[in-house]
Amino acid sequence: MPSPEPCAVAERQRLLACDAKAAARGLRTGMPVAAALALAPGLRLRERDAAAETEALLGVAAWAMQCTSSVALDFPDLLLLEVSGSLKLFGGLEKIAAKLHQGLTAMGYRARLAAAPTARAASWFARSSKPCLIADAALLEGELTSLPLSVLQCGEEEVLSSIGARSVGDLLALPRDGLARRLGQGLLDALDQALGRLPDPRGFCVLPEKFCAAIELPAEATQAEALLFAAQRLLAQLEGFLAARAAGTRRLQLNLSHRAAPATRIELGLVSACREAAHFALLLRERLQQTALPEPVRSIALEVQAIEPLAQSNRSLFSDELHEEGNWPRLIERLRARLGAAAVHGIALCADHRPERASASAEPGAKQLALDFNLRPFWLLAQPQALEESGSVPCHHGPLKLLAGPERIESGWWDGADAARDYFIARAADEALLWVYRERSPAGAWYLHGIFS
Amino acid sequence: MPGLAAEFDQHPGIWRGSELARTACPGIASGFATLDAELPGGGWPRGVLTEILPQHEGIGELRILGPALAQLASQGKFIAWIAPPYLPYAPALAAAGIDLPRVLIVKTANDDDSLWATEQALRSAVCGGVLAWPRAIRFAQLRRLQLAAEGGRCLAVLFRPTAAAREPSPAVLRIALATAAGGLALSILKRRGAPLSRPIFLPALSAPPAAAGSSPTSRFDAHVVDSLTSAAAAAGSISARLALA
Repeated sequence: MPSPEPCAVAERQRLLACDAKAAARGLRTGMPVAAALALAPGLRLRERDAAAETEALLGVAAWAMQCTSSVALDFPDLLLLEVSGSLKLFGGLEKIAAKLHQGLTAMGYRARLAAAPTARAASWFARSSKPCLIADAALLEGELTSLPLSVLQCGEEEVLSSIGARSVGDLLALPRDGLARRLGQGLLDALDQALGRLPDPRGFCVLPEKFCAAIELPAEATQAEALLFAAQRLLAQLEGFLAARAAGTRRLQLNLSHRAAPATRIELGLVSACREAAHFALLLRERLQQTALPEPVRSIALEVQAIEPLAQSNRSLFSDELHEEGNWPRLIERLRARLGAAAVHGIALCADHRPERASASAEPGAKQLALDFNLRPFWLLAQPQALEESGSVPCHHGPLKLLAGPERIESGWWDGADAARDYFIARAADEALLWVYRERSPAGAWYLHGIFS
Repeated sequence: MPGLAAEFDQHPGIWRGSELARTACPGIASGFATLDAELPGGGWPRGVLTEILPQHEGIGELRILGPALAQLASQGKFIAWIAPPYLPYAPALAAAGIDLPRVLIVKTANDDDSLWATEQALRSAVCGGVLAWPRAIRFAQLRRLQLAAEGGRCLAVLFRPTAAAREPSPAVLRIALATAAGGLALSILKRRGAPLSRPIFLPALSAPPAAAGSSPTSRFDAHVVDSLTSAAAAAGSISARLALA
């Protein structure tokens, strides 16, 4: 999330990380906080939040399960993906790495990706400054030897450097029994696991049932575009989560929390299940632009309670017209996002003789009854319009000429909205064909109810 | 240069002023043979903007589109009705043979929303027909809709007041509707091809001949039409025969 001021994270009065703007002012990792503030007085400083980091790592793990079902966590900052079973599906190691990289960027994370035939070696390569993708087990030992000892994170780096070992290669050259006596069996085991001589079992994480992720904004925001920018990262994460479950969703809930006012809730309802982040973002943009916020937003949370299986449709070999036609729910969702759910609807016949009840709004695309009615007008007035009467003839911009009728409709005594009417087809002076009725009451008032068109 | 002339004859965007243009995309039969004969492509054009300018509502502006809409809906295409002036009435749509689950009605609060919704419907490949009733629309907005229509293959119809006939429009087909001696007179104000001086006359409330007998509902239409015309001939007397059984 870009912020106007330089931004940094500190732990125990030392800088842990800083953004590009802060780096341009001369701030470096490991620098004391006091020195950093002297260099950049406007620095936005955050204390390290271990819980938020774990939360983020778990979120990325759930997202990454779209590439493989075997994802292991290595706290605090490492994810291990067992991808050998997915290589064929995704088209090779480079393709998977590119997909992961692209997705992580969309979610706003920076990551170093590395691949190796063993989990231990892959984690060492990811921690090194020069990550690489190694598919061939024969190349592994050669690449491992050049790694610095810092990647081992064993806490014995000083002892090792005092005996002249600077790289993993130096360590491998030392006699094994002496190494085990001085530094314990653990280090030897780690080396063996990296080279694939010892098994390295990992516990894979399990996908959560629901999706819930949050982003704290670096600066309070009121603009729809700024909120959408942050929300897109959550939506990218959601897309991965849904892809991992081969599912989609129809209902998304976005909570925008403020400083004091109660959180603003935005619910997106879809006609059909979907998982594409781009489509969600399109709908959300319309909703955000219409939402009036009581206060600036401090954080955004995205929640999805219910998911449903979403079958992948086969791509057609030739032009895609049929494929596009199947996408009508997308159009309806887009229209509804801007105009409101009630403004976009279909139409259905109802089994009722009263004309105003014979037609009702319905969900577009739904299956319907087939009913037979008499000749009916294309347009129905929402409210029958009272007509004046002159010399026992109804008038609408001049006297009407009754062409056909009466058709007596008498119904609805059971629900209080009873109608007793005689309907006629009438021609107005301007040649318009109208559907008029006379109430069957002593007053016998005339009404205009429809227009033939 | 005979070669060049022959090449011009092949090009769908070039036509002789004395003839109707050939279109790359055949039109949708309107169900009225006299009208189809005068429309380039042999029917309502697709992928371009059409304007219908009725003298006033209720003179038959929907009836002339009915068979085409029924045909599109039966192909599984949606028919979008954007900002209609009244409620489209389901029994009449069903009687016209329009598949009701394919009808999409969009109500809008203002003109901006109407134009936006029209453009969305035109740009999606979902709609086979887009009918819109914009209240006020400027040339630039019409141009935008025309461009949106060109991207797709749908029947795009704008209903505008007759006064709009005096304003220029990028629409490819413009038809003014007026009543004439118990029928409907269609004046083609603009089309791709030679101008048409005389209006096309369609009889009042006639069931389209192509549809007669093909669908179960049109049997009923034909019956009513007979009754109605005889009723009209009876000069105002209410036809007691038409109890609409």
